Amino acid sequence: MNKDYSKIINKNAVKPKYFKNSFLAFIVGGSVGVFGQALIDLYVNVFEVDKVNANSLMLVTLILIAALTTGLGIYDYFGQFGGAGAFVPITGFSNSMTSAALEGKSEGITLGIGASMFKLAGSVIVFGVVSAYILGLIRYIFFMS
Amino acid sequence: MIYLNAFLVAGGICVIGQLLVDIFKLTPGHVTSWFVVVGAVLDSFNIYDNLVKFAGAGALVPITSFGHSLLHGALSKAEEMGVVGIGMGMFDLTASGITAAIIFAFLVAIIFKPKG
Repeated sequence: MNKDYSKIINKNAVKPKYFKNSFLAFIVGGSVGVFGQALIDLYVNVFEVDKVNANSLMLVTLILIAALTTGLGIYDYFGQFGGAGAFVPITGFSNSMTSAALEGKSEGITLGIGASMFKLAGSVIVFGVVSAYILGLIRYIFFMS
Repeated sequence: MIYLNAFLVAGGICVIGQLLVDIFKLTPGHVTSWFVVVGAVLDSFNIYDNLVKFAGAGALVPITSFGHSLLHGALSKAEEMGVVGIGMGMFDLTASGITAAIIFAFLVAIIFKPKG
């Protein structure tokens, strides 16, 4: 029964358009990368920020743009169109936080915005910190001490 | 030239993410979480540093660079302070990004109304 059911589901499921989706993700994600590089060059050459700070400033700028466009409701279209090209760059991280915060707004500032901001982005931070801590310990023990 | 590299590397990482979503039916949350782990792993042997040298923002913009920055900050603090430094330096490089994301998300949520 269960097997039959999943067979029918698989037969009738809409097959994702692998090539089209990947192509759009490539174009959108690549464009975000180029835009970021343009921002770095702008900060280094025009505003004479040093290289390391320009990198952080570029990321902060992208985060600001993503948060604003999420608030205006534009980022959703970008996400439907670009797929992974919209959620893999740091802009997707900012979008997930802003949209979670907006969604919780109706429950108030503390329990809504404050508590639900990391609903989606939290796993990224948790996985990042746990893996970086384990890898950091391994490298500290075997290569530094 | 660095613009072409940035386009290819950022685009390529996004294509991998899109294929994981389409073929293995992972959610964006799974993909981004695993990409952060992959980024931290690629910090070993300076692989990710060389990728950043090669592609500039193309390697810094994808979420993989978050894992790389976490481990990088942790290790550089560990070099001067010992094992305690792993915890103390963890957020050194990513602090500005996380702070910005929290502040902007909070302000946007206060100012704008949810759509749809």
